[in-house]
Amino acid sequence: MIFEKIKLPILALIVALFVSGLLIAFSDPKVLALKGDPLSMFAKALSIAGAAYWALFRGSIYDPQLADTGFFGGLYPLSETIVVSTPLILTGLSVALAFKAGLFNIGAQGQFIVGAIGASYVGFTFELPIVLHTVAAIAAAILSAGLYGGFVGLLKARTGAHEVIVTIMLNYVAGYFLLWLLSTKAFLREGRFDPIAPEVLESSRLPRLAGQDFRLHSGIFIALLAAVAIWWLLNRSTLGFKFRAVGANAKASRTAGISVAKSTTAVMVIAGALAGLGGAVHILGADHALTNEVGGSFGFDAITVALLGRGTPLGTVLAALLFGALRAGGLTMQASTETPLDIVLIIQALVVLFIAAPAVIKSIFRLKSVDEGQAMASKGWNG
Amino acid sequence: MSSFNPKNMSTPERRRFRGLITMLVLSIFALIVFAYLPEESAPVTYGFVLGGEWILLKEWIIDSKTASTLFAVLALLTTALSIALFKLKRSSRIVSFIFGSTFLMSFLSWAASGKFVPFTGLLQGGLLLSVPLIFGAMAGVISERSGVINIAIEGQLLAGAFVSGVLASLFANNWIGLIFAPFAGALIAVLLAVFAIKYGIDQVILGFVLNVLVIGLTNFLYKKLLIPYQSEWNSAIAFAPIEIPLLSKIPVIGPIFFAQSIIVYLMYIVVTLIHITLFKSKWGLRTRAVGEHPTAAESVGINVNRLRFKNVILAGAIAGLGGAFFTLGAVGSFSKEMTAGKGFIALAALIFGRWSPMGAVAAALIFGFADNLQGLLTIIGTPIPSEFMLMAPYIATIIAVSGFIGKVRAPAADGIPYKRGGGSR
Repeated sequence: MIFEKIKLPILALIVALFVSGLLIAFSDPKVLALKGDPLSMFAKALSIAGAAYWALFRGSIYDPQLADTGFFGGLYPLSETIVVSTPLILTGLSVALAFKAGLFNIGAQGQFIVGAIGASYVGFTFELPIVLHTVAAIAAAILSAGLYGGFVGLLKARTGAHEVIVTIMLNYVAGYFLLWLLSTKAFLREGRFDPIAPEVLESSRLPRLAGQDFRLHSGIFIALLAAVAIWWLLNRSTLGFKFRAVGANAKASRTAGISVAKSTTAVMVIAGALAGLGGAVHILGADHALTNEVGGSFGFDAITVALLGRGTPLGTVLAALLFGALRAGGLTMQASTETPLDIVLIIQALVVLFIAAPAVIKSIFRLKSVDEGQAMASKGWNG
Repeated sequence: MSSFNPKNMSTPERRRFRGLITMLVLSIFALIVFAYLPEESAPVTYGFVLGGEWILLKEWIIDSKTASTLFAVLALLTTALSIALFKLKRSSRIVSFIFGSTFLMSFLSWAASGKFVPFTGLLQGGLLLSVPLIFGAMAGVISERSGVINIAIEGQLLAGAFVSGVLASLFANNWIGLIFAPFAGALIAVLLAVFAIKYGIDQVILGFVLNVLVIGLTNFLYKKLLIPYQSEWNSAIAFAPIEIPLLSKIPVIGPIFFAQSIIVYLMYIVVTLIHITLFKSKWGLRTRAVGEHPTAAESVGINVNRLRFKNVILAGAIAGLGGAFFTLGAVGSFSKEMTAGKGFIALAALIFGRWSPMGAVAAALIFGFADNLQGLLTIIGTPIPSEFMLMAPYIATIIAVSGFIGKVRAPAADGIPYKRGGGSR
């Protein structure tokens, strides 16, 4: 049964990689120069695309070039993949949870930033004993981001303001707020003029798991725990049931006595908290210092991750790992083969498009049927 | 004498009441913070001359505290007028606009104390900055009035910017770039139309994903081709402004409206056409019908999905043309992600303007002006950090969308795919 569920995403990925491979090959002047000779053009195209994808693999899973100290040295890319995927799992869960309740949380980016700010501030301002400090930083992140998200839910519940617009606006507000913060005395690192905050103190950082050479940190456990918690919330708790009911049919839920307003607010609080947790984990585990780029593309990617993961916690984890691999590997691909990192964006968008329109995949692979999963319910501005 | 008891009012009245309270609070705020509190006061110089237009008044020098007080008092008077109108069960948008202007002038006189404010230039730049917003909002109007949510405006603008910049450079001819810009936007719109109308995919997600796709593609090609081969692929030069004889000489108004590039003049035409045809032509009537009540529209013989398809593509073309502004109307060459979220602001302007063309234009102008004002204040140096002023349009949109100053209602069938034979979903 699992095979049926992942057949579509895997096929979508294959087609997306193929189309992107074509783009990589045929945007290269060396290939275009061989216009007159189709055979050698084809060969060149193959070698260029192949080199790019080999670099992608080397950057995300295993790099033989780094294995001079033994097999494990070559696993550095895998550790990088996990490091990048960890916040993605959390932000992806944030978006996926909201989906289940019928809401689009485009604001994962802003909530992530708010959480990162909270965790960073607690991390470099206070001096607390070792585990307590981490917990305090994480608590600050969850609280602030939860409020940031809850505000959206509250607004939607009370005034019907569509969460897509509000969250997109709040993303920009959070971004500018961060920009301003990094110009204030409180947040600027001593001796530096560029916008970077002080490093969070050792006592607040998440412990490394594979020695100092690898960036792998215990945040991955937090992320996986969160995935399990969300699974339990959605499938085994009353609150989760209410979320799913409201997501499936708000009017019927209201008739059945479920408070749509409370559910909307509650789910956005949790979604915000999740994204904020992602920000905290990223700061406390990987980056250690707040910069303007802290949001990165985590918010963006979160949406494609949630879509690819079909809105289930397990799917979200797997999708986050995949897109994390693409991001991590993409850096190597950009460095070694001059293939811009943005190809990853294209692959992501194509995968989601193909999943959204299974008919395309069906006709390419001549499948009779494909588990289309929960159809992405179409809603208007008014509902 | 009727009492102001909120409980006895109808919802629209209650909203207007809330608006009045806001105006009152803001006027008093202006009086206290901009007029009364500042200890020192220096002269503010408002410059009105830009270039070669006729000169009515060269500049207006006024003491900042005097100016702030003057405008704050005017704002208060306007509020009183609005209250009077409310009691007479009337309302006037012009009065609200006057209030906004006086409050703004009070703020500006406070913020620019001791500085020079190029007033005409400020307005001219404001119009310029609102051009892509207006194009985007027009695209949104056509698409959404037909019932298809178009979040992909950002992508369509970016695609138009890319194609127009590249083609103008490759062929060393701006007109070729301008002509093909709408096609780029339309191409993205075709994807939106096919997936949304034919496959019934959720339009919000779709629009979002299309934006990601366009950003990825343009970034990729920018790094792969435009940077290394810049002289061939990315060396377009923007259109020079065309001064309309006589009209461009009118003081203040002339330089603002009649000394712009061809793209701005095209914009005037597009806006006028859309406003007229949406409300006075057969196409407009059908479009609106299809967006409000597709079942009824089909029962009188309109092919709902085909009209939606056509309109979405038309909307994409308009947005693509607006994208050409970023390159051929401004800096000439293309740069990464140069639309910088303007597509989303255009969407906000659309909602702010209640899905009507003129309303959206007004909202877009406000946003553009605010953006330019923020830039000016950053240059001349003001007490408020620039980041907060950059936040202002976004916060304003949230306030607008939450119905604080008026309920917003999208076309009834907006975003819901239509199946033939009646009944959506």
